[in-house]
Parts: sequence; structure tokens; C-alpha cells
Amino acid sequence: MLQVLSKEINSFLNSLIAYIVISVFLTGIGLLMWVFPETSVLDYGYANMETVFALGPYVFMFLIPAITMRLFAEEKRAGTLELLLTKPLTDWQIILGKYLSGVVLVIFALLPTLIYYYSIYQLGSPVGNIDTAGVMGSYVGLVLLGCVFTAIGVFASMISTNQIVSFIIAVFLSFILYSGLESVAAIDVWGRFSLFFEQMGLAFHYRAMSKGLLDTRNIVHFFSWIAVMLMFTKLLLVSRRW
Amino acid sequence: MSIKVNQLTKIFGEQKALDAISFEAKEGEILGFLGPNGAGKSTTMKIATTYLPPTTGQVEVCGLDVEEHPYQVRASIGYLPEHNPLYLEMYVREYLSFIGEVHGLGGKKLKSRIEEVIKLCSLQKEHNKKIEALSKGYRQRVGLAQALIHDPKVLILDEPTTGLDPNQIIEIRNLIKSISKDKTVIFSTHIMQEVQAMCDRVVVINNGRVVANDRIENLKPTDQSKVIIKVEFSEAVKVTDLEAIEGVVAVEQKTEAAFVLTCVADRDIRPAIFKFATEKGVSLVGLTQEEVTMENIFQDLTKSEK
Repeated sequence: MLQVLSKEINSFLNSLIAYIVISVFLTGIGLLMWVFPETSVLDYGYANMETVFALGPYVFMFLIPAITMRLFAEEKRAGTLELLLTKPLTDWQIILGKYLSGVVLVIFALLPTLIYYYSIYQLGSPVGNIDTAGVMGSYVGLVLLGCVFTAIGVFASMISTNQIVSFIIAVFLSFILYSGLESVAAIDVWGRFSLFFEQMGLAFHYRAMSKGLLDTRNIVHFFSWIAVMLMFTKLLLVSRRW
Repeated sequence: MSIKVNQLTKIFGEQKALDAISFEAKEGEILGFLGPNGAGKSTTMKIATTYLPPTTGQVEVCGLDVEEHPYQVRASIGYLPEHNPLYLEMYVREYLSFIGEVHGLGGKKLKSRIEEVIKLCSLQKEHNKKIEALSKGYRQRVGLAQALIHDPKVLILDEPTTGLDPNQIIEIRNLIKSISKDKTVIFSTHIMQEVQAMCDRVVVINNGRVVANDRIENLKPTDQSKVIIKVEFSEAVKVTDLEAIEGVVAVEQKTEAAFVLTCVADRDIRPAIFKFATEKGVSLVGLTQEEVTMENIFQDLTKSEK
């Protein structure tokens, strides 16, 4: 698994994808957080990082599929997947290696935003007037959300040999799982099932975590989606043998 | 037996790609796997490398069933898939090191193996380049180097010389020959001369069936009762006159003075043709008896099944 992981990370670094994704993410979030008047924390008046955590998921929704779309699609198109699958690697070693490479990239994109926390901590009046527990809870939530989006992206990449198709499927699935289900729940036809849809979605659990309380129910929910997506990926990988 | 294929059948949906094929390859042997496109060569190789499962039947590599022990089998074979897939954005060394690591090599052992295969595949000049910058012949060598990095007992090469120029083909052939001493090599091709030049034994398949499995020198066309003679005279002669020669079965006119004669094989009729020419007062400017080539045998074996 580590060989595949390091190969993918090298490939991110060599193909500039890593630098582009990280710099676009940081530029976008930075502009929203500090410059654009509608969302800037400086004009907002409250010492919190709400901008990052409210808009971060939507930025991830586009950037993560861009990272993951090539993971399997390209290997399938180039035929190198056959090469990998005839080496002494298990299917899970290949899937997890690729998946974790995406997760590593997401975490590295997020790490520099810790500086924002420090800045706001210092800018607060009085200094340190920030809900640290809430921020840390949100960070955990955002990382987990990134992990789910990466799993969705890996699955979407396995569906097609065309990277653009993979990208679009991944964006769509991420959107549905994040906020789509919640919007569905808002339609006034479900009666008492409405709560079920809302809780299936990721946004519900993400918000719960941003309050600073790391409830195992929320964490289990995120990991369940990761597991489901990766199992579908494995299923597709095995389906060549049917 | 390094590779043993027993009653292997593969069905894709409605289509029977392989129909109960069986053959074996011993250690130190180069086995040519021959057949027209779509005969089932690649399918057999994909099953032997655990990429696809057989529908029925077994394949054993070094005594291990490919379905029961896929990881041991994968570790003991070097496989060059058709079209030689490569990570084009990688450097040659980087690529070889990745494949080596996948095979569990590391540290000094990996380094020394990389040096060895680079030398073996004559990649010294190109080893610091990106794979995408290499010519097709060199890419093929990288593919072979990749298959050899863990010093496998069995080499499975799917059309290793397709698309190469004649010089490159000869280089790759020599390379395969030189590495085959203590290994079992199976390689597929649809080029007859290739088999003639390299293999100890040949398995010919057509429409998913084995139509020949023998040493090269034992391969003969099924129909040996006829020979083909090409003949050309200085001036026009009549077809009917030619047909009158004893032993000529059929005459095909190519031009006014050039003919292809189908003759019985039990005696040489070339003296009779020479006599015929002197009797008619024309000169004989060409007379060749067609050799039975590997192409003929190939055509013969793969046509008769249809």
C-alpha cells in the first residue's frame, strides 16, 4: 500500500496538480476570508472562522474531484491498471494507497489555514476571544468531510475511463451527499421521514461538529460513507472478473 | 512444469473465447504462442497472470493454481501486457524502482537489481529520461525491464515485438533469448518468423482451440500432396499446352508468359517443364518451386478450422 501511496503523491507533485490545487484552495479561501467585503472577517466584526468552515465544503466539492478524477480513470485508460493488478498487491492495497494519497493532499491544503486561527486569535478583542473548541471541532469536521469527498472521488474515478466524467460524477455525488439530501428533506412530503434524509446528509453532522462537540455518532457517520464508497470502488474493481 | 494449462475455457457473455485448451511449458523453454488476432492469446495470458478468472479449467504456474494462490503466482511471474502500458510521466529509474518496491524489493537489493536490468535491457543511455521521451523500442525495453526486475521464474510477454522496426525486433528477440536460459518464457505473436527465430516449441491456437502444439521442425502443412511451381517463359504459351504436361493439376495464368502451376508432389516435374520449353521453341526465364514457409503452415492451420 505504501508503494502505491508514495507513487501517487510523487505523481501529484510531479504533475503540478498538488501545487495548483493547494494554491487555488488557499487563494480562494484567503480572498473570501480576508478580502471580499461580503464574507471578510475584518468587516464582519466577530472573531470566528465561520467563512472558512461555511465555504470550505463548497470549495472542496470542486477541488477534491479535480484531485481524484485521474486516480483510476487514467490507469484504466492507459492500461496500467492491468499492470498493477497483476503485481503482488491486493485490491485493497491499491484502493487505499490511492485513497490515502488524496487524503494527504487535502490535509496539506488545509494545514496553512491554521495561520488564520492564530491571526484571529491575536486580532480578537480582547486577544484570544475565539471559540477554540468550535474551531477545532470544525477542523475535524472539515478534514472528515474532505475524506468523504475523496472517497466519493475515488469511486467516481473507478466508474469511468474518462476523467471529465469522473469529475462531474464526483462533484454531483458530493453535492447530493453534502447538502442535497438536506434540501430533499426540506420538501414537505416526507412527514416524519424528513429527519431521516436530513441525518443521512453530511451537512447535518458537519454542523454538529462545528459546535465543538466531537460526538461519536457524527464521526461514525462520516466513516460509514467513506467505507461505503471504498467498498463500491472495490466492487467495481472486482467486477472485471465477472 | 512451470506453466500448465489444463482444459481452460473462458466464456465472455455469449462468446466462447477459449475452448478447453491445454498445453505446458517447461523451465528453460521458450514457448511461442501463435494465432491470428482474436484467437484467444491475450485472454489465456490474462488468466495465467490472474487478471481474469477462468470459466472452467485450471492454470498452474510453478505448481500453484492461479485462482487459489493469486499473490504467490503474481510474485513469480514477470508480465508484459499487450500494448505495453507504462506510466509515461515517470522516469525510467523511478518506474523500475516503483515496480521493484511493489514486488517487495528494497534498499541495496533493489538498487542492484535496477542496475542489472538496465544493463540487461541496454537502457544505459536512456535511464535518466522520462518514459514519455523514449522511442517505442526503448519503451518496450522498459516494459521488459519492468517484467524482469524481481528475477521471475516465468515470463509472460504479450506481443512484445508489435510495432517495432526490423532492427528493434531483432534486438528484442535477442534480448528475450538471452534472458530465457533459466526461465520459462511464453510469448504471443502473430508473426510466424518470430516463432521460427526464437522458440523451442509452438502452440498455435485458433478460435479458442489449440490446433497445433509441437516442436517447430515437426510442424508440417496438412496437405502435402501438392506443390506450387512458378514458371515464366520468354514468349506467350497456351494454357492448354501447359495442362497437357504430365503431373500438372492446375494452371493459373498470371501474364501472357507467366504461370503458377499446381503439381503433384510425388515427383519433380521441373525437368518436364524444361523439355516442354525446348519443344515449343521458347526460353525458360523463370522456374521456382515455392518453399513451404511458416506462413503457409500458419495459414493452413488457422484456416482449416473455420
